[in-house]
Amino acid sequence: MTTTLVSVTSGRLGRARSRALLTGILAAVVVALVATSLMVGQTFYGPGEVLRVVLGQHVPGASFAVGELRLPRTTLALVAGLALGLAGVTFQTMLHNPLASPDVIGISSGASAAAVVAIVVLRLPESLVSLVAIGAALLTALVIYLLAYRDGVVGTRLILIGIGISAMLDSVVSYVIVRAATWDLQTAMRWLTGSVNGAVWSTVAPLTLAVLVLAPVLLAQARPLRLMQHGDDAAAALGVPVERTRVIAILAAVGLVALATAAAGPIAFVAFLAGPIAARIVGPGTSLMVPAALVGAVLVLGADLVGQHAAGNRYPVGVVTGVLGAPYLVHLLIRTNRAGGSP
Amino acid sequence: MTTAHTLVAEAVTLAYGDRTVVEELDLRVDDGRITVIVGANACGKSTLLRALARLLPPSGGRVLLDGKELHRQPTKEVARTLGLLPQSPVAPEGIVVADLVARGRSPHQRLLSRWSGADDLAVAEALDLTGTSDLADRVVDELSGGQRQRVWIAMALAQRTDILLLDEPTTYLDICHQVEVLDLLTDLNRDRGTTIVMVLHDLNLAARYADRLVALSRGRIVASGDPSEVLTPAVIRTVFGMSSEVVPDPVSGRPMVLPVGRHHSGRLAATA
Ligand SMILES: Nc1ncnc2c1ncn2[C@@H]1O[C@H](COP(=O)(O)OP(=O)(O)O)[C@@H](O)[C@H]1O
Ligand SMILES: [Mg+2]
Repeated sequence: MTTTLVSVTSGRLGRARSRALLTGILAAVVVALVATSLMVGQTFYGPGEVLRVVLGQHVPGASFAVGELRLPRTTLALVAGLALGLAGVTFQTMLHNPLASPDVIGISSGASAAAVVAIVVLRLPESLVSLVAIGAALLTALVIYLLAYRDGVVGTRLILIGIGISAMLDSVVSYVIVRAATWDLQTAMRWLTGSVNGAVWSTVAPLTLAVLVLAPVLLAQARPLRLMQHGDDAAAALGVPVERTRVIAILAAVGLVALATAAAGPIAFVAFLAGPIAARIVGPGTSLMVPAALVGAVLVLGADLVGQHAAGNRYPVGVVTGVLGAPYLVHLLIRTNRAGGSP
Repeated sequence: MTTAHTLVAEAVTLAYGDRTVVEELDLRVDDGRITVIVGANACGKSTLLRALARLLPPSGGRVLLDGKELHRQPTKEVARTLGLLPQSPVAPEGIVVADLVARGRSPHQRLLSRWSGADDLAVAEALDLTGTSDLADRVVDELSGGQRQRVWIAMALAQRTDILLLDEPTTYLDICHQVEVLDLLTDLNRDRGTTIVMVLHDLNLAARYADRLVALSRGRIVASGDPSEVLTPAVIRTVFGMSSEVVPDPVSGRPMVLPVGRHHSGRLAATA
């Protein structure tokens, strides 16, 4: 008994310590990437200059380049990454399936299609675009859920239906973009693959606010969601109000995806990749929400740096994350096929 | 160690959509005893257990825990008194045994509460009782079926509830592991006074381990009471539609069912 108690306590503390350490390292990488994207560009500004600009002081040259151009862009990459990582891992945990992330099952596409239609066809102002995107994302989630419902929702059916819906909505985006001949390539790319180019505070601010509000809401559901991995009955037997948890989690996660998409377009595969990468890094058994949010931020910030500076051309962030995510999607689909249902 | 509880189903009707599975069933669970539910496939055993555990609201009648309607009480509060191990729980990929067992402590924790020494103690005790302390740091996916089942039971034990419901805890286990799990549950009942209600498939093991046997057929209780009263050829014919001989189990003296079937009944035919 006492020896078991000692080993239980030390095992738990050891695992908790290593998770905290690894999460801390992830957070440090995020900070480093934020700093790098603020310093690097056509002109290099040192950390001192960047810090002064961020603190609101006037620095000739740097105030414009860093304050007006890089800061909104970097903030957008940071919060969009956090939002997508958090929303992705929420869906994956809730439906116990790595394929069930909002960007694979069409929720991002719903937000994206609605945003494009709102801008090009309806010519709505920016502030309304976010709202339209949220509404459309919720509607898409509801449609997928209803189509997949037959004596309860089976993950695989929901995913296949979601992939189909996603393809349909993506073609809506392409159609509208082709019709809107006046658009420049950059804007078009934003709605096709996601991009943080040309970020402005008017879209970055609502997303930042949403992350500040919705992230704590989701984090409060971390424990119940984790127990729902055992199945609804087992979770309820452990005291989880299953239906309420599910509704809160879906609303908050869809809201995050919709606002991230309204601001930066459907950045490919970040929501999909963040959870599995976080699980690899910190190990399973605990909540992956914080690590997955940080991995999401690392992916978007890192992909944007690579897209802007590493390749000869300037690629939007979604192209880079797409190149990373597509092989993993294929891998999971093959595994699902072999396992005859659930990966 | 446990406090007395009453768990009563009063004329409960249980349905999925408009499909009624259990109709107007009455059951009073004996406090501090082992109740075993038997019955043919799809007769509503799991459904009944789910209703007793607050997972399925009755469409008629009510389930009372300590005199209060179960569905009027918060899930979490119920989960401190009553635990359920469902038929096929899922272990998250890669989780280690100690972490899974620790999840049994959830009903005792608040949103931001810290993990306490009492929690560690409950986990250690659950591991010891189920003989899984050596597995504490192993990954659950990599365990054998018997080991995994003991780990799930350890999780339910860590919950420290006075009433424990188990849905087919021995299915998929070989005979040796089945006996091991049932012995463990009996220890728990004898040493701690835990009230146990479980569904079992094997009639002979059910007869041996039950203080009270409940035979269910098409959502109705056909017979209920001491195994020697319940396990009669007539009841077995009603419940399973099969003829059988019942003899005393040479090990326990409890009834033992011998199915007759269409072949191999030469001696029976000769003596008849
Ligand atoms: N979630 C559900 N939705 C619809 N019907 C169900 C559900 N669960 C069980 N049933 C049906 O209820 C009946 C009883 O099921 P169950 O209680 O699981 O039987 P048992 O555990 O005795 O084998 C079966 O006919 C089954 O098909
Ligand atoms: Mg069953």
